[in-house]
Amino acid sequence: MGAKWFGASVKRKEDPAFLTGKGRYVDDIKLPGMLYGYVLRSPHAHARFRTIDKSAALALPGVHAVYTFADMPESLQKQTIPLLVPSPAIKQVYMQHCLARDEACYVGEPIAIVVADSRYLAEDAAGLVDIDYEVLSAASDCADALKPGAPLVHTDATSNLAAFIPISVGDTDAAFAKAAHVFREQIFQHRGGPFFMECRGMIAAPDPAADSLTIYVSSQGPHRHKRVLLDLFDWADHQLRIVTPDVGGGFGPKGSFYAEYGALAACAMALRRPVKWIEDRHENFLSTQQERDQYWDMEIAVDKDAKILGVRGKLIHDAGAYIPWGVVLPWIAATTVPGPYVIPAYKLDVSVMFTNKVATSPVRGAGRPEAVVTMERLMDSVARQMKLDRAEVRRRNFITPEQMPYKVGIIFRDGRPVTYDSGDYPVCQEKALAAAGYDDFATRQEAARKQGRYIGLGFANAVEATGLGPYESATARVSTSGKITVYTGATPQGQSHKTTLAQIAADQFGCTPDDVTIVTADTAATALGVGSFAARTAVNAGSSVHLASIELSHKIKQFAAEMMEVAAEDVVLENGHAKVAGSDLTRSFKDIAARAVGMPGYSMAGGLTPGLEATSHFTPDQSTYSNGTHVAEVEVDIETGNVTILRYIVMHDCGTVINPMVVEGQVVGGVVHGVGNAFFERMVYDENAQPVSTHFGEYLLPTSTESPNVEILHMETPSPLNPLGVKGAGEGGTIPAIAALLSAVENALTPFGVIISEAPITPDRIVKLLGKAARGRTA
Amino acid sequence: MTDTTIDQRTIRLQVNGRPVERTVPTRMTLGDFLRIELELTGTHFGCEHGVCGACTVLVDGMSMRSCLMLAVQAAGKSITTVEGLANGNALSPLQQAFWNNHGLQCGFCTPGMLTTLTEFLAHNDDPTETEIRDAISGNICRCTGYQSIVASTLEAARVIRDQKGAA
Amino acid sequence: MKPPYFIYHDPTTLDEATELYGRLDNAVLLAGGQSLMPMMNFRVANPDHVIDLNRIAPLSYIQCASDAVRFGAMTRQRELEFSADVRRVLPIVHEALMHVGHRQTRNRGTFGGSLCHLDPSAELLNMTVLHEGTLTAARSGGTREIAAQDWVDGIMTNALEPGEVLSAIALPLWPQGHGFAFEEFARRHGDFAIAAVSCLVTLDKAGAIARAAVCVSGLGPGPVRVTAAEQALIGEMPSHETFRAAAAESEKLEAMSDIYVSGDYRQHLARILTYRALERATKRGAERLAA
Repeated sequence: MGAKWFGASVKRKEDPAFLTGKGRYVDDIKLPGMLYGYVLRSPHAHARFRTIDKSAALALPGVHAVYTFADMPESLQKQTIPLLVPSPAIKQVYMQHCLARDEACYVGEPIAIVVADSRYLAEDAAGLVDIDYEVLSAASDCADALKPGAPLVHTDATSNLAAFIPISVGDTDAAFAKAAHVFREQIFQHRGGPFFMECRGMIAAPDPAADSLTIYVSSQGPHRHKRVLLDLFDWADHQLRIVTPDVGGGFGPKGSFYAEYGALAACAMALRRPVKWIEDRHENFLSTQQERDQYWDMEIAVDKDAKILGVRGKLIHDAGAYIPWGVVLPWIAATTVPGPYVIPAYKLDVSVMFTNKVATSPVRGAGRPEAVVTMERLMDSVARQMKLDRAEVRRRNFITPEQMPYKVGIIFRDGRPVTYDSGDYPVCQEKALAAAGYDDFATRQEAARKQGRYIGLGFANAVEATGLGPYESATARVSTSGKITVYTGATPQGQSHKTTLAQIAADQFGCTPDDVTIVTADTAATALGVGSFAARTAVNAGSSVHLASIELSHKIKQFAAEMMEVAAEDVVLENGHAKVAGSDLTRSFKDIAARAVGMPGYSMAGGLTPGLEATSHFTPDQSTYSNGTHVAEVEVDIETGNVTILRYIVMHDCGTVINPMVVEGQVVGGVVHGVGNAFFERMVYDENAQPVSTHFGEYLLPTSTESPNVEILHMETPSPLNPLGVKGAGEGGTIPAIAALLSAVENALTPFGVIISEAPITPDRIVKLLGKAARGRTA
Repeated sequence: MTDTTIDQRTIRLQVNGRPVERTVPTRMTLGDFLRIELELTGTHFGCEHGVCGACTVLVDGMSMRSCLMLAVQAAGKSITTVEGLANGNALSPLQQAFWNNHGLQCGFCTPGMLTTLTEFLAHNDDPTETEIRDAISGNICRCTGYQSIVASTLEAARVIRDQKGAA
Repeated sequence: MKPPYFIYHDPTTLDEATELYGRLDNAVLLAGGQSLMPMMNFRVANPDHVIDLNRIAPLSYIQCASDAVRFGAMTRQRELEFSADVRRVLPIVHEALMHVGHRQTRNRGTFGGSLCHLDPSAELLNMTVLHEGTLTAARSGGTREIAAQDWVDGIMTNALEPGEVLSAIALPLWPQGHGFAFEEFARRHGDFAIAAVSCLVTLDKAGAIARAAVCVSGLGPGPVRVTAAEQALIGEMPSHETFRAAAAESEKLEAMSDIYVSGDYRQHLARILTYRALERATKRGAERLAA
């Protein structure tokens, strides 16, 4: 079975529409009678309120409603948003009501929805709503929130500790006791956000005739939102349909169920008209979930040959005011620390703290970049303090291919033991460093220093859990017109699923990807679905599409064989026809499909089940592990602190590759996210947990002039865990990037003894760390 | 604060080569006019404060942020949006090059990129990579990392030069 | 993020504009919109009246005379950028413009708008103070001239009285062949500068500095001429020591701190950028003299 389309850089099916302005994002959808909502949000990080005076707002022409907690149906008042990922590590569960009842716990928390004939009018009306806030003290920093006497994030909580996760493998006490050297690093990683270009948004459209609702929402998985809404409203399956149209970026936080979604649904049902709500960028800064702050206090114990004996430490993780994702994010960070290294003993105590800020949840990389920063800083620390080469220290500690499958000894967030299935970490590093000219970099660096230029080379290794379960859905169907449609719960936000999944299917049907239409993210099309996040779609949806297509192709052949009176094994599928090799016999998919649906009154032929359709829910046993090495070369202007990236190399292994062009795009995009996190992105709050960075002039995203060209080298170690051999590729560009860049900056500043222990590292911080040396030529 | 009568104007302008006449509230932005009044939803709002560039359209051939203009200010002007870049069914060389080179992923910033680069290539059909990166430095993309956009633009420039050479 | 309700006016003459602006309460002037529109979209600006200056054609012009260039306040930054005259006689203005925002913002933004909005690190503001420009304020019944050094009243507050509209800016010329350099540090291309230093020099026949202007912006509400450095430079040969001494003067300027950037860092940048500006300006001056 030669795969023709799998592995080909097929041009994307999505593009003609996007390129001509025919994309269909939520805000592009207009429904008859549609009204416009605006979410009134708490301006205070922590406040109580009792009365909401709507009168002035409602008096404005064109204003239809000011919808508050008191207006919500009983089922929404009695319940908070359900926690779909409980864990015994959680000490206090705080989830939101769809609209705040009487206490707001972060700036941006939804209090009311104003509905009007236009967004302009809704904003006018919102400015007239009067709420009697009683401002309470707020906890802003997660480390401070841990201290006795810190303000309580929730007034009825016993403390600010949301969860405590003790990770422990082996005996760290013994390891540290016998160590030749122990090195300590304290690292702070700053809050930042996903900042997709399309803000969140939703249309809730009630069916006036029936007690049901259709929702269009920019998400990463409508099935999960449906599950939450069925719970909240106590509805039956048929009463709710959710569709996710084109999505302008997700990167994690569009996968969460937000309070506004439930409130908007209830409000639309009450008004019996469609209501559209589009998050504006200001709201996006306040209320879309973010990632980090994280305080890491870590120690590494090594023997006299720099072999790791143990790693231990403490992580204080900022959860924000609520825990919509339970402890998934800190758990991923904690279990990613060991990376590609043999670590006989590992202990991490994770304190997950509430703060009066918007909740944190996985953002591209999902805690793994932070873990890699931590582990790679420790490895650089060992090399620096033992005066060994950084690459050599890592070489002495790699897990080797002979040790695969390798059990790290800890449980991943998917409930399964972290078991690396495949990958060659030593070769990956070796090839990456060779491509970067690592061996003669020191010579170049010395020559540059003589010219007063400070260049540095940094690198980082990462292992990345991808493709996690529980499953994804795919239903492949040939209609009676002979056309092939595959429905899936996969929910693309730019990852090209409509093309890559069509490639996989086309290989089974003997046609081109243009002959297969992939329909994503519609709860009416597939009963089950999970969605696209955590680099899971190639593995889960890819495998499901593959298996469903195989099953359907067999069925087509069986029907065709029966129609042509030949053996099914002799039938070949080609361009919409079933043919018999070496003969003129052929039947079109159209005819076969007609046969398969039967004729009224006639019995079905051949004992086959009706319909040309097959469904698969590929269920992975566990995550499959991608890996990569990134190498960055930078120049630091020691007088301004500015960092220029001179060269960036990625050596990565994401298993077999469906569409190389798409994977490269994912890697480059991921690297630039890493550049943002390494140098630019700081979501700043003041000491009262008031967001200060609330527009793109102050929260800095990398533009074209700050982004490097990325040279990508591939390795393909097929995954043994799914029929395609694929692994996830959506986050691998980001995960090692920050660590590699920090390492490069530190390497450039070696003559000054500057250690980089924070992300992002900014020019003013570099100048501060350099002290008098920053005067440079002006000294 | 708000008056019950709406302050509005009747404006006449050209959009994608066609004459348009509408009566609009004076505070309506050009971007909202295009998206809501004319139902040309190809122009996207990414920030509404003039940084991300997703809303960029051409006004008399010059790229401008439609979130920072009022619709009434476009009276008498000729606007080109992403919907007006193709020649009938034929994609422009720039659009085709984006398709060939995976110059877009989620597609949301793409209309702004295309209009910005259309103006750029009209004035510079043999750009260096540095010039291209400078030209799109006012357009934020969170998906591609810009590299494929640069590659797309270099290919488009080549095609445009070839077409001029052949003409 | 939609603008609040307002009444819109689009006068076609300066007289109409000043009449409206003098009469209406809570009115704002809309020039290029690159600063005012975001403020309205965020609803931090909530005017009752918006007076659009974009239909007043006579407010946009570039007039070159032998001693100065006079600009209409509504001249687009794009026009400044592509003006061969400006490039020839005010070369540092052309260089500074390369740092002003992006193509899309320069296509619409205006010289006058930038000066009135008064972001502390606006490049055109620095240019105006550097050249000791004169700003013309028009009101119903007359005009008055405001010296560049008197333009900044406070943080983002200009010296216009109620009802006054900035109508023109005049920048006196430096002798042909003068040395010039504009140095800016911003986090990203096109961002507002954290600090910027501009420098104009003329050299005498021996190559010593005959006249110097050094203007630092981004540290305080408005650009500041480092007069101590300027005076010390006169008669000095360009050298590491001259640049270093001038740089040390710039570092003494008072600098604001905010949650993103410390005053210390701004002062440090003033030092570094002064050195670099002087180095480049004197080198350029020598080259242009020799040419």
